[in-house]
Amino acid sequence: MATRYFGQPIKRNEDPRLLRGRGLYVDDVQLPGMLHMALVRSPYARARIRRIDTSKALAAPGVVAVITHADLPANLQGPLPPLIPHPTLKHHKTQFALAPGQVRHAGEAVAAVVAESRYAAEDAAELVEVEYEPLPAVVDMEKALEPGSPLVHEDIGTNVAAHYTQVVGDVEKAFAEADLVFEEVFRPDRGQAQPMETRGVVAVYDRNLETLTIWDSTQAPIRIRSGLAELYGMRANQVRVIAPNVGGGFGPKIMMFYPEEVLVPWLAMKLGRPVKYIEDRREHFFATNQERDQIHRVQVAVRKDGTILGIKDVFLYDTGAYIPYGLIIPIVASCTLPGPYKIPNYHAEFKAVFTNKTICSPYRGAGRPHGVFVMERIINRIAEELGIDRVEVRRRNLIQPDEFPYDVGLIYQDNAPLRYDSGNYPGLLDKLLKLIEYDQWPARKEQYRKEGRYVGLGLALYVEGTGVGPYEGARVHVEPSGKVWVATGVGTQGQSHQTTFAQIVAEELGVRVEDVEVVTGDTGAFHWGTGTFASRAAVVAGNAVALAARDVKAKALEVAANLLEASVEDLELADGQVRVKGAPQRAVSLGQVAVAANPLRGTIPPGQEPGLEAARYFNPPQSAFSAGGHAAIIEVDPATGMIKILKYAVVHDCGRLINPMVVEGQIHGGVAQGIGGSFYERLVFDENGQLLTTTFMDFLIPTAMEVPDIAIDHQETPSPLNPLGVKGAGEAGVIPVPALFVDAIEDAFSGYGLRFREVPLDPNRLRQALAEAGVPGAGSTAA
Amino acid sequence: MLPESSRHRIRVTVNGQVYEREVEARLLLSDFLRYELGLTGTHVGCEHGVCGACTVQLDGQPVRSCLMFAVQADGREIRTVEGLAPDEERLHPIQEAFWEAHGLQCGFCTPGFLMTVEAFLRENPDPTDEEIREAISGNLCRCTGYVNIIKAVRLAAEKLRAGR
Repeated sequence: MATRYFGQPIKRNEDPRLLRGRGLYVDDVQLPGMLHMALVRSPYARARIRRIDTSKALAAPGVVAVITHADLPANLQGPLPPLIPHPTLKHHKTQFALAPGQVRHAGEAVAAVVAESRYAAEDAAELVEVEYEPLPAVVDMEKALEPGSPLVHEDIGTNVAAHYTQVVGDVEKAFAEADLVFEEVFRPDRGQAQPMETRGVVAVYDRNLETLTIWDSTQAPIRIRSGLAELYGMRANQVRVIAPNVGGGFGPKIMMFYPEEVLVPWLAMKLGRPVKYIEDRREHFFATNQERDQIHRVQVAVRKDGTILGIKDVFLYDTGAYIPYGLIIPIVASCTLPGPYKIPNYHAEFKAVFTNKTICSPYRGAGRPHGVFVMERIINRIAEELGIDRVEVRRRNLIQPDEFPYDVGLIYQDNAPLRYDSGNYPGLLDKLLKLIEYDQWPARKEQYRKEGRYVGLGLALYVEGTGVGPYEGARVHVEPSGKVWVATGVGTQGQSHQTTFAQIVAEELGVRVEDVEVVTGDTGAFHWGTGTFASRAAVVAGNAVALAARDVKAKALEVAANLLEASVEDLELADGQVRVKGAPQRAVSLGQVAVAANPLRGTIPPGQEPGLEAARYFNPPQSAFSAGGHAAIIEVDPATGMIKILKYAVVHDCGRLINPMVVEGQIHGGVAQGIGGSFYERLVFDENGQLLTTTFMDFLIPTAMEVPDIAIDHQETPSPLNPLGVKGAGEAGVIPVPALFVDAIEDAFSGYGLRFREVPLDPNRLRQALAEAGVPGAGSTAA
Repeated sequence: MLPESSRHRIRVTVNGQVYEREVEARLLLSDFLRYELGLTGTHVGCEHGVCGACTVQLDGQPVRSCLMFAVQADGREIRTVEGLAPDEERLHPIQEAFWEAHGLQCGFCTPGFLMTVEAFLRENPDPTDEEIREAISGNLCRCTGYVNIIKAVRLAAEKLRAGR
């Protein structure tokens, strides 16, 4: 083949439009006669609603409708559908379109106001009078389990949604045989994805065609379409959901459903006019799902050479007021904990706990950063206790390259065995140590100390389950112009699918990447699929695209063989043509082949489908496991508690790379989010369940000043489980950051006995901890 | 809806074109550009002046269009992302640089970055990396980790210097 596209750092097809400001995000959809919805949200975390008076709001200028729970049709009054059931999830409580008499978290939607403009809708929302009876809120997940605690859901008599245990091997025996046993408690706190675009929905109902068209900033348009059709009692093909350009997703833009996703289309049908809802940033803080708080109590059994014999991890997972997304996060956390290490005996147990806080659902990493944080802290603790270098402890416990497929012994989030498909973890570690110049670190650290500077090196390894099923599909279609049109169900929120999928097709069909147009996230273009999450698009949709392109190629060869009077074996696809190998002047363009495959008159061979087109699906048998290691050198100013990252290094293995530039971009962004979640970003709730951090002045997303340059090296261990040999890369960047961050800070102050068990740290916490440890100059800003 | 007194007639030049509109006093400049003029390339990320997605240029200087009222732009000149590229065929060198360096992912924050960077490189055509970081520190991006944005600004500076 003349040019290779797969594996090349090719510029993105999607960029020219976006750079000109011609993307189409949900808020860019403007329709004639469009109305705007604003929501009245509960100011209390837990309260009974005694009375709602909408009369003043209804009388306000420009107001068209004010809706409370009582005004909803029966099909929208009940709890919204559960997304992912699990046998141990006994109390699968889900959220409501509008609160039915009781609110369970601050910010829960109580009433909807529809008006001629957003300004008018927001004005009128303030005129809706709601009389609440405030009730004591359940805020802390440990207190939620105490006898006599108020209950988030009184009807179930408990705040425990689920209690799930998985066991590998014989943990008691491991502890009995251990040379060293210790216990630790780790607390990763709450954070939030905060994509730059908030959530939004626009809907319009065509009464003549009886079709509902919805633009939704969702990561799962097909599931939204199917679910809404079911909810409204419509045929699936009456509902079209378009996730146009989505301004970042990172997980929380899937929920099935957010209240607004149900209300806006219903209002558009009821009122006979298009309706728009755009969440504002303040709402986003409490109305869009959050993640990350867990409390892990972990016991470890070790031999004196540093070999881990067993781990017993019992943890609490705070799911917030409802648990629509099921147990994905805690299952992923416990399944990610073992990572690249051999843990022959492992007890993983958790309780999912209701509190009167915003719902939790996966945010980039989805429990993986928690598992890695716990595991990597354990490793460091072993190193400390036994006086063995932390890298050596890691090395002694790593799964070796000849041990794949490696069965961890657990059941993963996709209900398939947690079995690593391929990998080379010692290889990753070696590359990482080289990139961060680990061998020179002791001397450098000593030099820094001599200069009175506190600089530490942190590192962390991880294994990431990616590419979960059940399936994705794609249709590849060649136009008479020779251009290729690809449609797939997975939406895109910036992951470059319009380029990487085009590269896969270009490679198979011998056309230019820019001649392949990829449509994602429009149920009108492709209506089978699940969505973009769990680092799965490249693996699941990417392989479906490859299979469809291969079918198109086979058909193009067959049709062209007739046109060129040659045999299929003698033909090749290149430069947008089908041509005879060794005689490139005997060629037909792919466009001509497409026309010949769909003639106006004449005949096509029996059994051959018309057109140069194919649709295929890919159903992975299980997840594909990416892996990697990060290391950083971080300097701390003890006087201010501020940090500076002097160096950041990543070694990453996601199997075969489709586009290294895109993969690196994914890693950069993940690392930045990891840095934010480790040090700058925290959601603070008060004792009444009020979220106190609801602006970007309180919740500090890193800027270009806080994110360092990032050195990246790749290792490619192809997955044997899919035709392209790829693994997912979307979440990798964020996963090990909290673990290595804390490691680096502890290293910077080695000798002071500092141990950090929580993330995020922040300058205040850090400064206080340093002062308590007696670090000179800490806790005082005086020079 | 609102009393007549709260409506004002304004005359604004946007990307070289003059627009005359009657607007409510409280209408944000960002909403004016997006919904009155249909220039939806200017995005609104936080509506409290931190994220910088809504950055446009007012008489050549970058401003947050979510922190200004449309009436404050009366008689002034505004440039938005739609006014950057010279024509339908060519991109502005800064846009080219963002494309080549993979300086954008979801693209939502990008117009704000472009408008900030364009003004910055006019003032400082040959910046250091630290100066670049500082210059874009008022714009938030949640996708790229800024690594490739910094690379793009460096590349854009080179392109602009070469073209001068």
